[in-house]
Amino acid sequence: MSPIESADVVVVGAGIIGAACAEALSASGRRVLVVDRGAPAGATTAAGEGNVLLSDKAPGPELDLALASRRRWPELLESLRGELGEALADVEWEAKGGLVVATDQDSITPLRIITEAQREAGVEVRDLGQAAARALEPHLTTAITAAAHYPGDAQVQPVLAATALLAAVRARGGAVCGGTAVEGLIVKGGKVAGVRVGGEAVPCGAVVNACGPWAGHFSITAGAPIEVLPRRGMVLVTAPLPPLVARKVYAADYVASVASGDVDLQVSPVVESTPTGTVLIGSSRQRTGFDESLEVEVLRRLARGAVRLFPVLERVPVMRAYGGFRPYTPDHLPVIGRDPRIPGLWHASGHEGAGVGLAPGTGRMLADLMDGRRPEVDPVPFRVDRPALMAQIKA
Amino acid sequence: MNRIVVVGAGPAGLAAATAAAALGVEVVLVDAAPKLGGQFFRQDALARGDRFTLPFQVEHVPNATVWAVEPVAGGHRVHLRIGAADDPSRTGRVLETRALVLATGAFDRALPFPGWDLPGVFTAGAAQAMAKGQGVAVGDRVLVGGTGPFLLPVAASLAAAGARVVAVAEANAPVSAWLSDPAGAAAGGRRIPELARYAGLLARHRVPYRRRTAVVEAHGSRQVEAVTLARLDREWAPVPGSERRVEVDAVAVGFGFTPQLELAVAARCRIEGGFVAVDAAQGTSVPGVFAAGELTGIGGAELAASEGAVAGAAAAKRLGAVVEPPLGAMARVRAGRRFAAALAAAFPVRSGWTGWLREDTVVCRCEEVDLRRLRAAVEERDVGGVRPLKLASGAGLGLCQGRVCGRNAAVLAGLGDTAFARRRIASPVRLGELAAAEPEVESADPPWSAAAERGFGQDFG
Repeated sequence: MSPIESADVVVVGAGIIGAACAEALSASGRRVLVVDRGAPAGATTAAGEGNVLLSDKAPGPELDLALASRRRWPELLESLRGELGEALADVEWEAKGGLVVATDQDSITPLRIITEAQREAGVEVRDLGQAAARALEPHLTTAITAAAHYPGDAQVQPVLAATALLAAVRARGGAVCGGTAVEGLIVKGGKVAGVRVGGEAVPCGAVVNACGPWAGHFSITAGAPIEVLPRRGMVLVTAPLPPLVARKVYAADYVASVASGDVDLQVSPVVESTPTGTVLIGSSRQRTGFDESLEVEVLRRLARGAVRLFPVLERVPVMRAYGGFRPYTPDHLPVIGRDPRIPGLWHASGHEGAGVGLAPGTGRMLADLMDGRRPEVDPVPFRVDRPALMAQIKA
Repeated sequence: MNRIVVVGAGPAGLAAATAAAALGVEVVLVDAAPKLGGQFFRQDALARGDRFTLPFQVEHVPNATVWAVEPVAGGHRVHLRIGAADDPSRTGRVLETRALVLATGAFDRALPFPGWDLPGVFTAGAAQAMAKGQGVAVGDRVLVGGTGPFLLPVAASLAAAGARVVAVAEANAPVSAWLSDPAGAAAGGRRIPELARYAGLLARHRVPYRRRTAVVEAHGSRQVEAVTLARLDREWAPVPGSERRVEVDAVAVGFGFTPQLELAVAARCRIEGGFVAVDAAQGTSVPGVFAAGELTGIGGAELAASEGAVAGAAAAKRLGAVVEPPLGAMARVRAGRRFAAALAAAFPVRSGWTGWLREDTVVCRCEEVDLRRLRAAVEERDVGGVRPLKLASGAGLGLCQGRVCGRNAAVLAGLGDTAFARRRIASPVRLGELAAAEPEVESADPPWSAAAERGFGQDFG
């Protein structure tokens, strides 16, 4: 089953987080096997917009990780260019910037409070009025009352990004194995000694749970449960258009929608173009388990939000809609670190809609922790045995 | 929900609507064309009158596309847009039903080859539509190529429309293939004499019929000027040295048909071997969803109509009508399926076509993705699933959403044949239409719903 007989580390899950962890671990000299029960970069990663955002994060541990990741992305791509060549390292990186807009009087003050706090935390952000915002995005609605411009917001194409990182892992002697489920851990003397794959044992010293929304499932298989749940999202894609939207543009209530733990449908408009000319329209959040069936009401609310921000989009045809599941933790923080219950088991999941943006920082934090180095970003808030992750399990 | 919704008004959908109406059940028959009959009958939209009449129980909704099928408690919600795609005033309708009959048919499959994206290369179906519908031949000197009995009527229509059909190139060797399954061929009933009639027609027009031969390249700068015809071996690899150049100004190619699966996929029907899996009553794996016609296997109009009659009766039964099993139609379906199986076996698409392509041959025309880019995604990025393949190569992301290229791209990438058929939005809908208030859902409370849930299954048994 496995193309290699043993590995230093087995990373379970070949999405953007698994790929970034595997890249960082192989960069520090480890032989890494990445396995995925489906297609690599085929689930949450293929359903994402590729956000590398600072704008949607309030000051705190996640913003610290986002800042470190944002610094890391261009360096990482530069090193991949050297290692893999231009074509493979081309992940459609675009430092296009983000624009957050308020559309009523009540949203102005909260927006200014958050931008002020973000500035103090090291985020580059400019407060804009209506005229300045519409100078940046001429098709924006005249109904906006205030805006904030984040030059640091960027975008990558997530499948290209994940597959480039995985190509680097292979180039360094590692292996990537799709369509392969890990059936369980092999634990000897209380420590991880390997994984069972296709009825065979693959010896390894460490296992990383990077299963995204399925990380909760895998943690049960591994015998060390953590609370990671799916949160569904849908994206509409328009036909290719002449350039209408230059940046990632979203409504100020998006931040509240992301931070909400509500089970009910949350919809907040997010609009952006891709290099092929299509416009992506998000974002919805629903806690409905792994239900994939289409709900027209969700599409309707996405469309309404987009037309509200950009009235010009009204006549534009929607070509397709796609959906996926974000990995959600009860305290909205990723889980990155060792599992204290089973030495050798590590987790890297729970990034919700920010996995692409947080991937390089996550990979690096995991590799630093495994190597016994002090991570650049304080890892304590992301630790596995924090109450929010464990309390739910015990209850 | 006390009303059947039939999607598609070709032979299968017409038969389903008629059969259900004959049992006293109301039907809404939704179709994309302005007139009844589908691709097979293809009525002239501008001519007066309609050659079909429907029973009064059937409401025909023409010019309507189903852009989404949404599962709801106890049934499905069918979302329509009515009017031309570019009409800013097209309207919406939402129909809820406990018995949905999908008869969405198939479209013809084109295989890529160098030059297939030149103007002057048509699908056989498009050439047929122009010839039969408008009496216009796609060129003066036309070569018809591909595989399957459909090539014969296409060539006949082209000849009738005044084109010189320089040859019919059939990639398979059908006579020997038919001989290997005489019982299956005989199950076709009237189909064999029908094909013989076309063959006679072509002989009168002195159209050569070349077996194990294919167009492996089209030449021309702005438009097709010539093609390369080559003999093929059993696996469709060109026989070295057999290539010859033939001057033409148009080519019509068809390699069988691809079922229009997206609504069945959206309704979560099980797909088997590239088609919707159905039971003896045309029931799919999803209760309340029936499928008839080319969706369940390529078998032609007669089989489609028989399947439609069975599906219509089964759908009526689900809504509580008293239904005797339509034994005659069911027997015709069984015979038709044997013929369809013989047809599929006689005219397969062999793997050798992938060798006709060059690195710079376009695979996905909408996004201009060539074989090199597709291969790079598979070989360098190691993608192994449809979504990653689409996003890493661009294939299937354009306006046709993989309808033309999806199946071919999947084969070239070593993925499942139907993996591209998932389209949550089945046809484009404008953002403004989507954003507008949802049309009132048309549903009627079935008086016998509880009894129907208990007493009536998918099957007639």
